Amino acid sequence: MPLDNTPENKRKFAVVGSRPLRPDGVDKVTGRAKFGADAVAPGMLIGRILRSPHAHARIRNIDTSKAEKLAGVKAVVTRDDFPDHSRGDRGLYDILYNVMAREKALYEGHAVAAVAAVSASVARQALKLIKVDYEILPHVTDVDEAIKPDAPILHPKLITEGVEPKPKKASNIARRYEFGHGDVEEGFRQADIIVERSFKTEATHQGYIEPHACLANVGPDGSGELWVCTQGHFMVRDTCANLLGINASQLRVTASEIGGGFGGKTTVFIEPVALALSRKANRPVKVVMTREEVFKASGPTASTSIDIKIGITKDGRIVAGDATLRYQGGAFPGSPAEFGGMSTFAAYDLPHVRAVSYDVVTNRPKQAAYRAPGAPMANFAVESVIEELAGKIGMEPIDFRIKNAAREGTRASYGPVYGPIGLEATLAAAKKHPHFKAPLGPNQGRGMACGFWFNFGGQTCVSLNVVADGTVTLSVGTPDIGGSRASMCLMAAEEFGIPYDKVRAIIADTSSLGYNDVTDGSRVTFATGMATILAVRDAIKKLCARAAQMWGIPEDAVTWEKGHARPAGANAGNFPPLSLKEIAAASGGTGGPIAGHTEYSADGAGVSFATHICDAEVDPETGATRVVRYTVLQDAGKAIHPEYVEGQFQGGATQGIGWALNEEYIYGKDGRLQNAGFLDYRIPVCSDLPMIDTVILEIPNPGHPYGVRGVGETSIVPPLAAIANAVSAAAGVRMTSLPMSPPKVLKAIEMAQG
Amino acid sequence: MVSVVVWGSLKPYTGGRARVEIEAENVRDLLARLGDAYPGLQPQLKRGISVAVDGVIFRDGWLQPLKPDSEVCLLPRMVGG
Repeated sequence: MPLDNTPENKRKFAVVGSRPLRPDGVDKVTGRAKFGADAVAPGMLIGRILRSPHAHARIRNIDTSKAEKLAGVKAVVTRDDFPDHSRGDRGLYDILYNVMAREKALYEGHAVAAVAAVSASVARQALKLIKVDYEILPHVTDVDEAIKPDAPILHPKLITEGVEPKPKKASNIARRYEFGHGDVEEGFRQADIIVERSFKTEATHQGYIEPHACLANVGPDGSGELWVCTQGHFMVRDTCANLLGINASQLRVTASEIGGGFGGKTTVFIEPVALALSRKANRPVKVVMTREEVFKASGPTASTSIDIKIGITKDGRIVAGDATLRYQGGAFPGSPAEFGGMSTFAAYDLPHVRAVSYDVVTNRPKQAAYRAPGAPMANFAVESVIEELAGKIGMEPIDFRIKNAAREGTRASYGPVYGPIGLEATLAAAKKHPHFKAPLGPNQGRGMACGFWFNFGGQTCVSLNVVADGTVTLSVGTPDIGGSRASMCLMAAEEFGIPYDKVRAIIADTSSLGYNDVTDGSRVTFATGMATILAVRDAIKKLCARAAQMWGIPEDAVTWEKGHARPAGANAGNFPPLSLKEIAAASGGTGGPIAGHTEYSADGAGVSFATHICDAEVDPETGATRVVRYTVLQDAGKAIHPEYVEGQFQGGATQGIGWALNEEYIYGKDGRLQNAGFLDYRIPVCSDLPMIDTVILEIPNPGHPYGVRGVGETSIVPPLAAIANAVSAAAGVRMTSLPMSPPKVLKAIEMAQG
Repeated sequence: MVSVVVWGSLKPYTGGRARVEIEAENVRDLLARLGDAYPGLQPQLKRGISVAVDGVIFRDGWLQPLKPDSEVCLLPRMVGG
């Protein structure tokens, strides 16, 4: 859809850009909102899952006979209840294998059996009666160890793709990707100064507060319903139907309210198990993960090991960039190595650039997406070296970035030539921001970083009904994880020309709407927003037709303006405008209810850039770090609901602060996770954070009628580097390993001091 | 002819070339003809692909028209969180 909001013909918005209260807010703060675990059904059973205590083990036998005989147990399922319906689809087979272990358990926490019983205590007792005969195998959890020639092999048939000639021997490297252009070796020959460094980041969890939860109810005819906490209930329907060998139309999935997702709820874990238990028991079955299960058996992000080499001329021009990136994504292929590689140098205009990335498997839980999958780690490495290079030539890091920034017409390191982008605007705004020149206190340092994410659109279907009282109900199929219902209502109200509070949005179930892609990729305000605008325009056509009927004039003689049908001109007749409410009230007599609908496959999302500034204070005696000031400057294209945009900016920065300073999956030598709980896995809380300042820039995206760009993911890309640059400046030593926990910072300070 | 840019690790399947020329009227045509001309690309095409047409990323836009002088960059299928 073309942009209405062009710079030369800037549209004046009536409600878009305002900050109304969110429609779901009252229910959430009063406890009325229904989350995944709140679903109940008559005769409901409780499902529990038995998980492997071993990081890597062959499953020789599973004896469920005693558990099945326990009073109150209604169903037990194992791998035998999940026949392979994947028909050669490797991705689907991996999901099946991850949902329920087959010949091997591939990580501690891998599901090996499940029971449905009349109570949680009976279910727990039953799990203890299941006897699993394991042959323990050697394991590997570290990305660099996993690629060594003598590493234990997880999948004996895994041959690295993307390498020619094709390797003959299996390894833990699933794929190799290479992106870039120019001649990197030639570029380095032109360089006056080269910095080469290696970096490591640990796996982190998205840390959503609501654990995975669902309620499955499969009837004797094989049709079923599922209530689930997810970022994409259509994805859940299709994946579960494929895994269980049923028709998707037989399964109706309803998305609950969602207590956070951040990418971690874009796949299935417990849902097929609950459905299989329900099918076997012929009763509704609820499964809710414990927090320990969330850590051990859902999908954290990848850990990485990254080498960066950048060469510059004395006057501060980057002439070459080279990166090797290794992403371990747990026990199955699919780490975000490709997007890490693509985004590594995306913020810069480089004549010679190469990024080679590897997707590595280890004995850890299968990773899931986490906001801008793969980009924050690569960005941490590159932006650390950028800051260091600027220091070497005595140039302000921000000027160094401005000099080398990607702009319209730059060929991106991952291939395409950029259209209008907002990176320079964020840098210029950062330079003008009071934070940039504010004095620093003792033991404090300032760092900054730029970040990038792609964004995309996707399939979307929206319906709306004009109610006889003049209000509008809007049905969308993308779960609301960031306030999207309010944004959709704002866009619908804007298009209709009616007040915001006359529109109410719901998330419709999978049987009520056509397919909708998952809420991910920063796509919903962009794509569902466009589909909403189109659905409103569809309804407006019908409203105009009804007005024409009421006036007895041709349909094309009616126009729509500010919530009213009006005669298009003097020749059309002299009729007073008819409001939406008046047309709706008469709809019973003019042809029945009035609705609008769209099916849409949205593209043209427009990439997004941000610049972050961070001040950190390091205690030289303990190595403890405190972020004392933080500012996010990001291009939103057009902020539909600025408060939610600011919330996304602040949320990304907050999660980045946790990732940079404290969060990590810690494994013992036995391959078991040592910190599967929020006491030992430390996410930031309010007292850890300063007020995070935000600046919204609006460089309209030509691919959206209002100019919207996705904002949900870019904001987690720069924080790791911005914080590392601030900590490095404060501590007087370059930090190259995340998290920068107090012992690690203290050790670095002590080593630097000799 | 549309100019198609492939990413580095696909170059072995296009005879070592980072850029190939394909005659195509839309994205679907282009991907089909690309797969026919360079069968080594088929596994990646089947796994899923996005394209950037003159700088704009399309994930599902099979029918997106291409101009004779369009530049199409192949990209892995976009995902997000």
